[in-house]
Amino acid sequence: MTNSRGRFGKHGGQYIPETLMNAIIELEEAYDKYKDDPEFNRELTELFNNYAGRPSLLYYAERMTKDLGGAKIYLKREDLNHTGSHKINNVLGQVLLAKKMGKTRVIAETGAGQHGVATATAAALMNMECEVFMGEEDTIRQALNVYRMKLLGAKVHPVKTGTATLKDAVSEAMREWTNRIDDTHYVLGSVMGPHPFPTIVRDFQAVISKEIKEQMLEKEGRLPDAVLACVGGGSNAMGAFYNFIQDKDVRLIGCEAAGRGINTADTAATIATGKLGIFHGMKSYFCQDEYGQIAPVYSISAGLDYPGIGPEHANLYDTGRAEYVPITDEEAVDAFEYLSKIEGIIPAIESAHAIAYAMKLAPTMDKDKIIVVNISGRGDKDCAAMARYRGEDIHE
Amino acid sequence: MSRISEAFSDGKAFIPFITCGDPSLEITEQIVIEMEKAGANLIELGIPFSDPTAEGPVIQEANVRALAGGVTTDKIFDMVARLRKTVKIPMVFMTYANVLFSYGVERFAARAKEVGMDGVILPDVPYEEKEEFSTVLGRYDLDMISLIAPTSHDRIAMIAKEAEGFVYCVSSLGVTGMRSEIKTDVGEMIKLVKAVNDIPCAVGFGISGPEQAAKMAKVSDGVIVGSAIVKLCAQYGTESPKYIAEFVKNIVESI
Repeated sequence: MTNSRGRFGKHGGQYIPETLMNAIIELEEAYDKYKDDPEFNRELTELFNNYAGRPSLLYYAERMTKDLGGAKIYLKREDLNHTGSHKINNVLGQVLLAKKMGKTRVIAETGAGQHGVATATAAALMNMECEVFMGEEDTIRQALNVYRMKLLGAKVHPVKTGTATLKDAVSEAMREWTNRIDDTHYVLGSVMGPHPFPTIVRDFQAVISKEIKEQMLEKEGRLPDAVLACVGGGSNAMGAFYNFIQDKDVRLIGCEAAGRGINTADTAATIATGKLGIFHGMKSYFCQDEYGQIAPVYSISAGLDYPGIGPEHANLYDTGRAEYVPITDEEAVDAFEYLSKIEGIIPAIESAHAIAYAMKLAPTMDKDKIIVVNISGRGDKDCAAMARYRGEDIHE
Repeated sequence: MSRISEAFSDGKAFIPFITCGDPSLEITEQIVIEMEKAGANLIELGIPFSDPTAEGPVIQEANVRALAGGVTTDKIFDMVARLRKTVKIPMVFMTYANVLFSYGVERFAARAKEVGMDGVILPDVPYEEKEEFSTVLGRYDLDMISLIAPTSHDRIAMIAKEAEGFVYCVSSLGVTGMRSEIKTDVGEMIKLVKAVNDIPCAVGFGISGPEQAAKMAKVSDGVIVGSAIVKLCAQYGTESPKYIAEFVKNIVESI
């Protein structure tokens, strides 16, 4: 692989149609030019602080800590960002970059709708045309977010192919990009896809761990013992982990969506059940059958319902630097309800996967230990679906 | 001379594509036999993939039908082995990187050679990633076909220099599928190839019938038609071989 770029160990690369190669190279060159450009960074910081509401709080969850009776728990409140999730960090960065590149139109995929809403928001702010691809199944699960995107001026395309979920939305967005390249930037929403996307998205999300580190040193005078985040493609986790990778004493734990359990077919836990493969532009771990056909994965959480994981996570797993644990639908829904009742914080069902693992882990740790859980998004969008999960007949 | 070069040795080549197992492998077998008889010069056999990101709706749906019918890579190898007892026409697989990777590139190449295939086209493997596949395929005398696109520009020379078998010229932006008009200056793309490598160039993506085929054949060494044929499979199912034979005959006459 002498010519291959963007590798994380054996993972990553650029497995995309030739039609997209020059666009990807153009993106890589633009990113290299702007990433250390003082003016670009000044504009981005301005958007982070005065539009998205950064820095987000690092909140000491005192009641939860006492209730679980072990490690001290802090919550990184990405749910308090404008648009309600961490997705805005990456989107502001990429849309600003696209603008600098002279693009006038952005396209995006979305699962739960958070990335689509964030992209539609940034496109409205920066006066760009915006089209979002969303699995038809997800447009039903997350109807409110479809309306939000439309309200923000975006066009939403329901994707009916395959499983009609996130992976199909990514495929369709890639197809659309090959169709119209000159004026269009594809705002990929996670640390996945062909190089340079995993690096670009990680860098824009790394503000999460940069802030956690500063806030933790200020509040506790030391680094945390563990950082927990949910993982689908893995962007909030990569953001929360990145600035701790060199701090070997900080455990990094990604919480995957096990759906109905990793021993069933209804799961999206890639590290637990997947194997090495090539898909959506990258080499990484994927849920697939013996012939390499991508599995129709399942999770209650539309945002984690993806058969792969970003290449840098795959490498963090290979090298043992990060751990990945599966969390079932039932555990996540319990955690969704638990955090709402005990802290008055309704987390996204995605983030509830990380809360669920904190509920298992904290009691096993001493009281002088510290856990940080990244609350990647807020749960308003999930309320109707969670009510239905518990048997209440509520529709948006 | 490799079998692939033979395909281009006698005038313009016609290269039809079909998705294996749509509607069944038995019908695919019949279609291949009919296409050879009708005068095709090389056949692209699509190994279905669950998420074919370079395909338009027609071939996407064919992949779904084929996989739902239980087609696997092994069953396709067995079909080719049976076919090779009667057909002489050069054949290449068109599929996605993960189909080879999950099978094991070495194991795939060995089996493909054994059953009598001549090459492989992987639309999701660009120049930068090809070595992982091409070195292994090369050991088994299988050509890895390179693609060039309307957006390739300065990349064409680099790709052409290392191209094997023939160069697949993607005629239009976007995914596979029939188009009413092809706007790209394909002749110009092919000139850039020929400047560095005397290798046959075949044009594909968007060619729907004899008229377009004739137009594209004028500026190239051959034409590739996929979606228009796959559409006949969808329309006529088990009856499709005779309709496809007719279609192939018309194109062959037109170029």
